[in-house]
Amino acid sequence: MITRRHLGQIGLAATAVALHPRLARAAEVQADWQAVLDAGRDQTVWWHAWGGDPKINDFIAWLGAEAEMRHGISIEHVKLASTADAVARVLAEQQAGKTEDGAVDLIWINGENFAAMKEKGLLFGPFAEGLPNWPLVDVAGKPAVVTDFTLPTEGYESPWAMAQLVFEHDTARLPVPPATLAALADWILANPGRFTYPQPPDYLGLTFLKQVLYGVMPDPARLQQPAGDTYAQDTAPLWAFLDRIHPALWRAGRAFPQNEPALAQLLADAEIDISLSFNPGRASAEIANGNLPATVRTFVLRGGTIGNASFVAIPFNASHSAAAQVVANLLLQPEIQARAQDPNILGFQTVLNLAALPEEDRNAFAGLDLGVATLSPQDLGPALLEPHASWMVKIGEDWLTRYGVTK
Amino acid sequence: MIKALPRLGLALFTLPMLGGLVVGFVPAFSGGFAELAGWPGLPRAVALSVGTGMGATALSLLLTGLIVAMLHDRPAFAPLRRMLSPLLAVPHAAAALGLAFLLAPSGWIARLLSPWATDWQQPPDLLTLHDPMGLALTLGLVAKEMPFLLLMALAALPACAPAQRLVLGAALGHGRLSAFAVGVWPPLYARLRLPVMAVLAYGMTTVEMAMILGPGLPPTLSAQIAGWLTDAGLRHLPVASAAAIVQLALVLAAMGLWRVAEGAGRAGLRYHIGRGRRAVWADAPARLAAMGLGFGLAGLLALSLAGLGLWSVAAEWRFPADLPQSLTLQTWARALPALGHSLWLTAVIAFGATGLALGLVIASLQFEQSHGLVPDRWAERALYLPLLLPQIAVMPGVQVIALHLGVEGTALAVMVVHLFFVLPYVFLSLAPAYRGWDSRLGVAAATLGAGQTRIFWHLRLPMLLGPVLTAAALGIAVSAGQYLPTLMVGGGRVGTLTVEAVALSSGGNRRLIGVFAVAQLALPAVAFALALAVPRQVFANRRAMLAERGR
Repeated sequence: MITRRHLGQIGLAATAVALHPRLARAAEVQADWQAVLDAGRDQTVWWHAWGGDPKINDFIAWLGAEAEMRHGISIEHVKLASTADAVARVLAEQQAGKTEDGAVDLIWINGENFAAMKEKGLLFGPFAEGLPNWPLVDVAGKPAVVTDFTLPTEGYESPWAMAQLVFEHDTARLPVPPATLAALADWILANPGRFTYPQPPDYLGLTFLKQVLYGVMPDPARLQQPAGDTYAQDTAPLWAFLDRIHPALWRAGRAFPQNEPALAQLLADAEIDISLSFNPGRASAEIANGNLPATVRTFVLRGGTIGNASFVAIPFNASHSAAAQVVANLLLQPEIQARAQDPNILGFQTVLNLAALPEEDRNAFAGLDLGVATLSPQDLGPALLEPHASWMVKIGEDWLTRYGVTK
Repeated sequence: MIKALPRLGLALFTLPMLGGLVVGFVPAFSGGFAELAGWPGLPRAVALSVGTGMGATALSLLLTGLIVAMLHDRPAFAPLRRMLSPLLAVPHAAAALGLAFLLAPSGWIARLLSPWATDWQQPPDLLTLHDPMGLALTLGLVAKEMPFLLLMALAALPACAPAQRLVLGAALGHGRLSAFAVGVWPPLYARLRLPVMAVLAYGMTTVEMAMILGPGLPPTLSAQIAGWLTDAGLRHLPVASAAAIVQLALVLAAMGLWRVAEGAGRAGLRYHIGRGRRAVWADAPARLAAMGLGFGLAGLLALSLAGLGLWSVAAEWRFPADLPQSLTLQTWARALPALGHSLWLTAVIAFGATGLALGLVIASLQFEQSHGLVPDRWAERALYLPLLLPQIAVMPGVQVIALHLGVEGTALAVMVVHLFFVLPYVFLSLAPAYRGWDSRLGVAAATLGAGQTRIFWHLRLPMLLGPVLTAAALGIAVSAGQYLPTLMVGGGRVGTLTVEAVALSSGGNRRLIGVFAVAQLALPAVAFALALAVPRQVFANRRAMLAERGR
């Protein structure tokens, strides 16, 4: 029975909640979140994610089992050859006037695909900053989790992994790798045919070009602004650099691997000695799987390498947006982030602020064996921010004009 | 009225394709053409598409003609046919990946020769794949298309009475090649023309093979369109759509050019006859070429697949080891759960689409025969539309139409869209034998009191069992190999083997690609094996029935 005293207490508590906006918000979030959980139960999330890596496919299958156990949600992984297929799908649905019951519930996304979906109004949200696990995300330490290629995410996508450009080399053939961009160029010229990069507009190939740009531009801070009037002048050293190394590339620059996996295969087949990856833990994982020789190691260039985040987003017409949010939140769960960081599983870097985690969760990360070829966080060096997307577009177009047709 | 029925029925099937074409072309008119004109790779990409497509078609046809001419009634033909039939079932992407592993500087051939013969401790820096001329791509296309043309030629051959005509030619003093060229080839080619056009259209518009084997700077036009369509941010949809229009125009122009070349060939043949040449000298080299190239190509493709199969069980396999250092079933064990479901789905869709196609084709052929209709050339051309139009130009529009109608995202919808592509192949493969059936047998049966239904079920269909099964096997192979239609109409929710395989091959993991290639091959290979084995069993005591099928 509720007495007058109880009522008074409730009243007081309500005043306290009302007076303290953070507490009020927390209570509200909790209530809202319970509604989301209830709505999501027994739903199936159709997660459209690149399907080219069996490790990632296995991780998503495992996550599906967790979601089923914890929240009664099942995950169907739609394995894509290209993320743009999912974007095109949602766009086609929008054009067909299909504003609900869409085929896509969740997309693994970042960069231009996100920018395109956001611009065309194809996204559900904002939802990310309302997720219960959002406070664990390292917004201050990893600004890339809220800035996707300089575009503010504004809660329309939720981060789940950090990526950073690393170089891979086989110590059996190249014991001491070059430490700077200039040294890399000298090494390429001294060892013709043993280096290449994926053909732009492949994202890893473009990332290599942006990395070079960071190294050769007098004022790299300019990259955070849209490419402007001084673009030609800014990028002149990049083209000079490429003109110099291209004749000494694999196949003398007359052919390029099409994407990251094709480049990785060249390293595994000993066709090249230095390769690139956007996953610092990839080499260790591939060694563990027997795809790379145990002598492969990773290295970075002095001054840091480009880093960015992977996100999940929900289309505006998703059939199961509640369950999709639950999955986005599940991905931020510390034990799941730790599993993703395990090089035997994925080797993806966490998006969480480890200092803010309870000790038990922190230990789960500290206890990880990063693998024989993975650099420690301090050796990995600083992660450089992605340049504004306009740079990538223009560089990609100019690359094709300059090198897209063999002479 | 009754005469128009086949036309009306066929129009039903072409409407979605034409609609897809029109809808897919809409984005081109928002700046697509200007952007395309500004692309520096355009002239070379166009030349590559036309060159590799027409070159591969001409080579495949030449080789098919040579093999049929020199070998079709020889003992060497049975093993060649046994080798080639299953290869027909190999999906294009798998064949290309296998060939790529064979030919790469770090590939199997180089491994087998290194280091003892080549002194290579590490792979040489040679441009054996992705060569700017597209030679590797042409080779891949020929290896994949020649078995198809050969199968089509064998289906049409009995109707050309080769034995009598070759004897007649020999009696007139012609060498075997010359007798074939003069006597059998003209009617045979007339029946092969449509398959040849389908091969030409495919060769010019293939995406998977061009990406895996073809050049990249620039790629063929079709590969570039695929690149634009999947480019992040969808900025290139207008230029992709404009390029698809150019692609379609190119295919049509190439077909026109092909007809001109046909005229030249005809003139050459007439000249040959007119001069009274009999070319007996040509037989020995022609036989040698037919044997060497036929078995060589079959061997190359078989070796490619063996390489992929070996990768699927390889633990570690580094250059220059000839064979994997150790074997493991781990890749299979990991892939198996996903594989089982996909295989089941693929089989259901393939059998459904093929069964429907067989029913429709037989019904329309029977209708045509029983009403004494002359085959309607335009209706037939319309039927082949799905083979002649580049899928990449049609499918995005078809997807939009399906979305508007609210019929997509299910296995049933995928089955229906597969039907569009299966139907022409089944028709192509079955029609010659069906029309070539000796109708006097039917008259004889009727005079003995058999009704039309009985003649159909007890005489005609059993006699055509071989061709029907071959057509079914081809239909199953076609359905199992569909990528874009499955992805776009299935909304990603219908994960057939090919859809999964293409997603996985984007990751370049050779072991897993090997697993899926073997699995992809399994279903159509079983179908083709049955198509060969069942008639043998059923007609075990009717030798002439087997001979009817050209062995």
